[in-house]
Amino acid sequence: MNLTTLTAPPRPTYDDLPHLMSLMTGDEKHSAAATSTLDVLWVLYDRVLRVGPDSIDDPQRDRFYLSKGHGPMAYYATLAAKGFIPVDWLAGWGTFESPLGYHPDRVLVPGVEISSGSLGHGLPLAVGTAFGLRAQGLASRVVVLVGDAELDEGSNHEAVELAGAMSLGNLTVVVVDNASSTYNRRGIIPGRFAHEGWHAVTVDGRDHDALERALTRRPDGRPGVVVAEVESK
Amino acid sequence: MARDPRQRFAQTAADLVEEDLSVALVYAEISGQFFGDVESRHPDRVVNVGIREQLLVNVGAGLALSGMRPIVHTFGSFLVERAFEQVKLGFGHQDVGGVLVGSGGSFDIASGGRTHQSPGDVALMGTLPGWTLHVPGHADEVEAALRQSVAGDGRAYLRVVSQQNARAFPVRPGHFHVVRRGAGPTVLAVGPMLDPVLEALAGLDVTVLYANVVRPFDSGTLRAVLGSPEVVLVEPYLAGTSSRFVSDALSDVPHRLLALGVRNEELRRYGSPSQHIAAHGLDAAGIRASVDRFLAGPVGGAA
Repeated sequence: MNLTTLTAPPRPTYDDLPHLMSLMTGDEKHSAAATSTLDVLWVLYDRVLRVGPDSIDDPQRDRFYLSKGHGPMAYYATLAAKGFIPVDWLAGWGTFESPLGYHPDRVLVPGVEISSGSLGHGLPLAVGTAFGLRAQGLASRVVVLVGDAELDEGSNHEAVELAGAMSLGNLTVVVVDNASSTYNRRGIIPGRFAHEGWHAVTVDGRDHDALERALTRRPDGRPGVVVAEVESK
Repeated sequence: MARDPRQRFAQTAADLVEEDLSVALVYAEISGQFFGDVESRHPDRVVNVGIREQLLVNVGAGLALSGMRPIVHTFGSFLVERAFEQVKLGFGHQDVGGVLVGSGGSFDIASGGRTHQSPGDVALMGTLPGWTLHVPGHADEVEAALRQSVAGDGRAYLRVVSQQNARAFPVRPGHFHVVRRGAGPTVLAVGPMLDPVLEALAGLDVTVLYANVVRPFDSGTLRAVLGSPEVVLVEPYLAGTSSRFVSDALSDVPHRLLALGVRNEELRRYGSPSQHIAAHGLDAAGIRASVDRFLAGPVGGAA
């Protein structure tokens, strides 16, 4: 299937994502861990972010940084569904000839904004990009997806403190919380961000309307965090 | 303009922020005493991240991702050693450009001890592909290297230290300068090691090359000037950092190599930069003694 041809089939929907993922996993049924990010990703690309396959180099585009680069099947499936990458890239992912690795590489994959895999880099990078967009007078925003366990990395806390102090209102963090951090307790994440001056909200990470409301940009000048709770790992 | 290399860096960085809207300066408290004016004039493009070096480097990389040209600065120890993975992934793996400026080097903060010394910075940066590594030996070279680097779109590291030579040379990446020609050994002096080398080897029939950019390594000039097949490297950071480049350049030439630089063992002394330079054998007397032993011949392996 080639989505770029004029005779392309109807645009894939959320319901097509399990099939797209199965092209990578070989299995139509996926564990909660494999799909923890799926609904957040779909809502971002379907309803929130101002970016598409034709605007991946547009300075005005919104940026999405997948900081938690582990388990990127849902990400690749969403990018394929939205036409950033051909569906026929999905099979054979992780092989020597494939541009799709177990951690994404922005140099290899159209629409992938950062290369990730080592945890704790995406949010600090996003803080820099938020500064850069602001300095250039661009109205774009940066949305970063991190995992709850990824917040173990101290580099995130450097970023949370500075973003709060500098009122980076064009920065949003979405924490996909599947309670996978060894020492984390459910419910403590929003307070950490709020303490540093962020707007913080917790939503059901499977509820698309709730995710859309939470992820839509607010104009109050503060960075925002959306904790999207999903099933425990 | 400031005669002190670090102050010249700060002046030039501030000028570049004034001159070019795409330039951003990111620092982490260090050298803040020099940046007050430009930060108050351009708070959007001059950012002090506080005492947060991991963030420092990735904020620079994130600025580059947004299309800006970042200058990222703190002491070399915190910039390269503490935040090395951020350098590796934030810039190289993301494939974005930027200019990192580390001050302090191996000896500037001698009285501060090991925590504030980075003799391994160039060796570490040398493990990463695609970086131009500047080791300026004069304040004028600092300014030239910074202006050139910021004007480009690649990745550059500038090692800014207080020790400097009497004379500045042009900054041309991939090009070593021929300072003296002789029939005997070839001595490659890097950055501020040039003046001590010239003093040490006065009267010897040697060729002296000068490098204020060590990566890319100018193998062609080394081969072109080679007289007797003996090479002496004198580097102001970890001894042997550039040895493999000499070996590669002369892989088809039987040769001997003496690699001088900062010794790997911790000195565990305070005191002054000049005392540390002497302790590592990098003053004129120390260099002369090492070269004399080396030229006395390989027999016995004393060198």
